[in-house]
Amino acid sequence: MDYSQFLALKQEIGLLIVFLLVFLYDTFASPKGTKAVPMIACALMAVVTAWGFCPVVKLTESAFSGMYFTSPTIVAIKNILNVGVLIVLIQSIKWANSEFTAIRRGEFYELILLTLLGMYLMISSRHFLMFIIGLETASLPLCALVAFDKHRYESHEAAIKYVLTAVFSSAILLMGLSFVYGLAGTLYYQGIAAALYGNMGVMLAVALAFVMAGFGFKISLVPFHLWTADVYQGAPTSVTSYLSVISKGSAAFAFLVVLTQVFGAVYEVAWEWMLYALIILTITIGNLFAMRQHNMKRFLAFSSISQAGYIMLAIIGDNAMGVSALMFYTLVYIFSNLAAFGVIGAIENATGKLDMSDYNGLYKTNPRLAVTMMLAMFSLAGIPPFAGFFSKFFVFTSTLNGTGSTALYVLVLIALINTIISLYYYLLVVKAMFINDSETPIATFRSACSERLGMWICVAGIIGLGIVSYFYDYLLTVVA
Amino acid sequence: MFSNILIYFVVIPLVMMLGLALCRNIKQIRAVAVTGSVALTALSVWLLVDYLALRAAGATEPMLWVDSWQWFAPLNINLAVGVDGISIAMLILTGIILITGSFASWEIPQPKEFFLWLILLSTGVYGFFISIDLFTMFMFYEVALIPMYLLIGVWGSGNKNYSAMKLTLMLMGGSAFLMLGLIGIYYHSAPEGMPLTWNILQIAEYDAISHGWQKFLFPMTFVGFGVLGAMFPFHTWSPDGHASAPTAVSMLHAGVLMKLGGYGCFRVAIFLMPHAANELAWIFLILTGISVVYGAFSACVQNDLKYINAYSSVSHCGLVLFAILMLNTTAMTGAIMQMLSHGLMTALFFALIGMIYGRTHTRDIREMGGMMQILPYLSVCYVIAGMASLGLPGLSGFVAEMTIFVGSFEHTDLFHRVFVIVACSSIVTTAVYILRVVGKLLYGPVYDQHHMTLTDAKWWERVATASLIVSVACIGFFPNFFIDLIKFTFSPEIFTVIGLN
Repeated sequence: MDYSQFLALKQEIGLLIVFLLVFLYDTFASPKGTKAVPMIACALMAVVTAWGFCPVVKLTESAFSGMYFTSPTIVAIKNILNVGVLIVLIQSIKWANSEFTAIRRGEFYELILLTLLGMYLMISSRHFLMFIIGLETASLPLCALVAFDKHRYESHEAAIKYVLTAVFSSAILLMGLSFVYGLAGTLYYQGIAAALYGNMGVMLAVALAFVMAGFGFKISLVPFHLWTADVYQGAPTSVTSYLSVISKGSAAFAFLVVLTQVFGAVYEVAWEWMLYALIILTITIGNLFAMRQHNMKRFLAFSSISQAGYIMLAIIGDNAMGVSALMFYTLVYIFSNLAAFGVIGAIENATGKLDMSDYNGLYKTNPRLAVTMMLAMFSLAGIPPFAGFFSKFFVFTSTLNGTGSTALYVLVLIALINTIISLYYYLLVVKAMFINDSETPIATFRSACSERLGMWICVAGIIGLGIVSYFYDYLLTVVA
Repeated sequence: MFSNILIYFVVIPLVMMLGLALCRNIKQIRAVAVTGSVALTALSVWLLVDYLALRAAGATEPMLWVDSWQWFAPLNINLAVGVDGISIAMLILTGIILITGSFASWEIPQPKEFFLWLILLSTGVYGFFISIDLFTMFMFYEVALIPMYLLIGVWGSGNKNYSAMKLTLMLMGGSAFLMLGLIGIYYHSAPEGMPLTWNILQIAEYDAISHGWQKFLFPMTFVGFGVLGAMFPFHTWSPDGHASAPTAVSMLHAGVLMKLGGYGCFRVAIFLMPHAANELAWIFLILTGISVVYGAFSACVQNDLKYINAYSSVSHCGLVLFAILMLNTTAMTGAIMQMLSHGLMTALFFALIGMIYGRTHTRDIREMGGMMQILPYLSVCYVIAGMASLGLPGLSGFVAEMTIFVGSFEHTDLFHRVFVIVACSSIVTTAVYILRVVGKLLYGPVYDQHHMTLTDAKWWERVATASLIVSVACIGFFPNFFIDLIKFTFSPEIFTVIGLN
């Protein structure tokens, strides 16, 4: 056996070491010593994030007889996820040290690191067996995380919903994959692609539909989104933010890999049209429901559904530019959404308030939080000069790259009109904070150091990622 | 990068915003706002003088001070700048209105935030006028739109939440079409084998967009910019938005932002896609014709001063687009003149309305009367603004509208001529609604005895109104100067690039 192939797994191995260190420390440290777990986890995560950027081995490599594959693109998306996880971990320190959570705070960090490892495998696998292992490693700890607030009824309810949906969607995905196996006789991506080449039949269409439905659940595309709002609302805010950016981003990238690598040959005849319908439904319905939400977490749940639709726009173009646009969109989305969740979490930790009407007059009492929230909303809505504008622009540009058929122009137009609808509800939040008056505004409070650090990082990202062209250029060179 | 003078039109507002953030009291804020806007205006006047000198010395490039800095290399997105006479005229207009707007909001509550948003808005406007790269142009365009929401929502009056949301969503809706149009232009910008580009001058030079695509992209971009130019049926944001906005915002919005629409229609839609413009102009001529006539008639039946002026803006800005669509030199010159004239005139109107409203706390003309006895200075200014609006010779409105209608009548076919005649009728209607307001508001007996105690304009209000009146009169008395300034853009050798004339 060639042991050097383990070097290709450098990010997985790094993450595994961090997980083990946190786990061992948490297990063997004295009750007093476990107070340091959040700090240790954050510090080690920062090291892993930095480690991801170090070029150690030659970058395009497949290992374990082609089951595992890594390339500069894959390293880049893992780095993006790392950055997101790091911010989530920093933002959740205050919550992890709170009264009900403190006793189990180690578990939170261990489970998060474990799901991240699962997502790594999902992204890197080139064999469906390995993919399923990664998927389950990512899903099951998340169920435990959703149920983390044991004392809250909603958290249990959300966990049950999440676990049922996750299992159900895995089953559907497996069903589709078994059809694919029946057609191709192999589970290697390359083997399937070769076997399916020019072989469009009813069976493949059915298989593809199942696979797309399975992924649809994970990314919460309409009509597979029904679990999203309840789970987002019930889960602890830190977990919700993790679910909405990291889980979604990694699943979207895995979806891209599967669609292009496995089903690339049947792009025009099959999945372009399925995805076309999914995108229109996702963006429109996500938006329409988001308009009517009052709870901030439910609101961001529906907003994240429609954002997922925009991410899919980068896939439907089926070109290299789309891959970089998807990664850039995910990166920007991580920063924007985590800024919003950072504010929501800070306010929830300080006052327990989560309703949009509670935010009335926030600018007068907590101007910095209000401005952070406003930047997040503008970035999510795609207002220049914030990063969200650039990511949306690049996604649209990538969709129309290549064939640029009339149908795609229509699709982009529908998506653009939807950005206006989304602007409406993002502005509702801004309106609540800046324009509405309230007799009982949220009292002025000083958020925790960790929360402020998290928000500063996000704000820097929102402002810098777009204007500084380096990041997008880098992602494009990585893909090329 | 900083060796190019144009970049300072973006740098100065940014420095101003930084300065405002550091300000501690209202005096410092006023100082920063006025100094900055005077500096910007001085810069544009200096640019004007230099431009004329360069042209006199025989510079023949379509745009001067052209420069380009790479931004997103893989997509060939650059921060490309360059100006011609039209842009310079618009820059000066923006500067004047920014100065007068600062004076008009001398006593605004929460001044720091107000001026921060206002200056962000003007950053967008300046950036838009100096850009010749479609991407940066679009970016600055959107930067100029979004501060409106908070400016109206926080500092506005009346039904401000509704108006602010309506205005923002409609304008951003326009920019949705625009974005699709611009991406489409990019993908068809260059002939086979050449790198795609966002640069307006290069796209015009290549002229590579096929006729079929032009027919699709022209309506997209024209409607996109047309929404901001208050083209029927997308004008409905204008009356509500202007009525609810605070004075300085109404001034900047009607005075400058609506010009972004006309400027964009000319610079992007028509300049880059002349063939489609030629074929499809009739559709938009009908729509803008309706704007002109319908706006004027609507103004006749309104009782709120701001609504009257907002509908009159719909009518006048409709005339800008109407003239641009005539696709000949005379009418287009008139369109540019009308942009300048309307910008100054409407800013004057909104400033005066704001000042009157600040005193009487009503804008309903049925509840006021005899203002000439109480507020003679403001009333005289109002009459002058009204005369400019209805096209009295010697003031700016006459020159602009005259040029537009003469140019439009150069078309000899029935369709164009009928529409010109219909549009001409708006001159009469304009006189009706202007004189109605003047009669009810300024003359006659004093309606409300409480108004007797009102005081006339303060010094900063006099500065604001007087400088606008002088500018309006300048265009009226020296139209040739402005025509000389913008004619080079329409001179035959440049204009043949777009295949017309």
